[in-house]
Amino acid sequence: MSDTRMSITTRDLKLWYGKFQALKGIDLDIKSGMITSLIGPSGCGKTTLLRCFNRINERYGNVTTTGEIKLLGKNIYDPDVSLIELRKAIGMVFQRPNPLPISIYENVVFGLLIHSENKPSRRDLDDAVEKALTEVGLWKDLKDRLNDRAIGLQLEQQQKLCIARLLPLKPQIILMDEPCSALDVEGTRAIEELMWSLAGRYTILIVTHNMAQARRASSECIFMLLGELIEHSRTEDLFLTPRESRTAEYIEGRYG
Amino acid sequence: MHSQSPPPVTFGETPFTRSKRRREKIAFAVFAGMVACIVIPLFLIVGYLVKEGAPLISWDFLTTNPVGGMRKGGIWSALLGTFWLVGTSLCISAPIGVLAAVYLNEYAKDNWFNRVINLAVVNLAGVPSIVHALFGLGAFVLFAHMGRSIIAASLTLAIMTMPVIIASTKESLAAVPRQFREACWNVGATRWQTIWHIVLPNSISGILTGVILQVSRTAGETAPIMFTGAVFYRKIEEGNFFAYGLADQCMALSMHLFTVTTQVTNAPHALPFAIATVLLGFVLMVNLTAILLRSWLRGRKKW
Repeated sequence: MSDTRMSITTRDLKLWYGKFQALKGIDLDIKSGMITSLIGPSGCGKTTLLRCFNRINERYGNVTTTGEIKLLGKNIYDPDVSLIELRKAIGMVFQRPNPLPISIYENVVFGLLIHSENKPSRRDLDDAVEKALTEVGLWKDLKDRLNDRAIGLQLEQQQKLCIARLLPLKPQIILMDEPCSALDVEGTRAIEELMWSLAGRYTILIVTHNMAQARRASSECIFMLLGELIEHSRTEDLFLTPRESRTAEYIEGRYG
Repeated sequence: MHSQSPPPVTFGETPFTRSKRRREKIAFAVFAGMVACIVIPLFLIVGYLVKEGAPLISWDFLTTNPVGGMRKGGIWSALLGTFWLVGTSLCISAPIGVLAAVYLNEYAKDNWFNRVINLAVVNLAGVPSIVHALFGLGAFVLFAHMGRSIIAASLTLAIMTMPVIIASTKESLAAVPRQFREACWNVGATRWQTIWHIVLPNSISGILTGVILQVSRTAGETAPIMFTGAVFYRKIEEGNFFAYGLADQCMALSMHLFTVTTQVTNAPHALPFAIATVLLGFVLMVNLTAILLRSWLRGRKKW
C-alpha cells in the first residue's frame, strides 16, 4: 500500500552520538521527484538526518538510531535490506567534490562496473558516459579529454562529475550535503540549474547553509533546529508566511 | 517522466549482490589467513626457542662470563656488550637523525638539492649492513684510528640506523596537521617556536617509536660489528656495569650466538637457544617499552 508519491518517510526518528541526542523524533514525508531543501543553523542535525537515509551514519561507531525510515515504501532497517543495493539506489553528493583519483571516464563508469555482473561492452560504457556527462552539462567541454585526471578539473566541474558518477546507476534519490559550499558564484549557479534539470526524474534532498540557495533551488523546504523538525512546507510559503515564529526569526537572520 | 511503478522497491539482495558478499568474505578469509601465516610461525619459533633454551636460563647465566671455551658459564660479557653497543649507537644516531629530519621537514625548501638529500637518505636505508661494516672499518677503525672498539662499532651502527630514523621522524612530523603550524605563525611565532611548542610535542610519540624500534635492529646486527669492534671472546669484571670502556673491544649477543653455533664444537645443545632467547627477550623488552611510552604519550597528545 506504500504511498508511491513519497520518496522518504520517517517516523519518530531518533539518533544519538554516544550520549548526545542529535535527532529528537523526526516525522518527515518527502515527495518524489521534488527538490527538498533542509535548512537550519549549524549543529541542528541536517547533515545527520541526510546521512541516515543511506545508512552511512552507522559506519561510525557509537551511533544509535531508533524509529522508522522508509525509502520508496521500504523500511531500510529491515533485515533483508542489502546495504549494497540501498546505496546503489541512493546517491550522495558531498560538500567537497570527491572525484576518485582516476580518469574522468573511469569516474563515470565506476559505479556501473562494480555493479555489473558481466563487464559491460565498451559501447555501453561509452554511451553511459556520454549520457551522464550530457545530463550534467559537461559533455561538450570534456568529450575530448575523457582520459584526463578527474582531480585536475575545476571544482565546479568536479562537483558536476560527482553527480554524473551517480547517474548511470539510475538512483531514485540523490542526497546533497552542501554541494555548493566549495564553489564560486558561477559554479553554484551551474549546480543549481543542474538540480532543476534533474528534478522530476530524481528526488533530490539538499542540505544547505545558504538560505537564499534554499529559496532559489527547492520546491519544498524543511527548517530544523536543535535536532527537531520545526516546519516543512512549500519553499515559498516557508519563506513568505512561516507558521512558526522560530522559523520566521531564523529567516530574518535573528540567529543563525 | 513516470516510469517507476513496477515492483515495489525492496533493496533486497540479488544473486549478484550475494555473490559480491561471498567474494568479500573470501577476500576477508584470505587476508586473515595471511595474518595467520605470519603469526603462527612466529609463535612456533619463539615457543621452540624458549622451550629449548629454558633449562639454561637463570640469573647466573645472565651475570657470569662464559668459561670453558664458551661451553659453560653465562653470557655476561656478551649481554653487557650488546647494551653498550646499542646504547652508544643510539646516543649518536637519535639526536642527529631527529634533528636532521626536523631540518628536512620543517626548514628545507623544496629544491633539487634537498630532493637529492632526501633521495640519498631513502637509498641509504636500503644499503646492506655488510657494506656499512666495510665503511665503518675503513672510516672509523682505520682512517680515524679508533681501532676496533665499542665507539667504532657504535658509530657504524649509528650510520646504519640513521636513515631509518630520519625517515620515520619525517613521517611523524609530516603527520602534524598544517593548520596547527598556520595557527602558530598567525600569532607571530617563529618557525623554531612553532616546532618546539607545537610540532615536536605532537609528534614525539611517533618519533620515539621510530627510534626505539631501531634498537631491536641494532641489537640483532652482526655484520657491522664483526669488523669494527666485536670480538670472539672477552672476559670482563662480573657485576660491574661499567666493565667496558668506549675504546675497548667487546662481545655481543648476536656475534656470540653466531660463534657458539658455528665455531664452538661440543657446546651444550641448549646454549644457542638460551642465547637467542635472551636476545629476543632483550628486543621484546625494548619494544614493550616503546609501546608503553607511545600509549602514554598518545594519551598526553592534545588532538
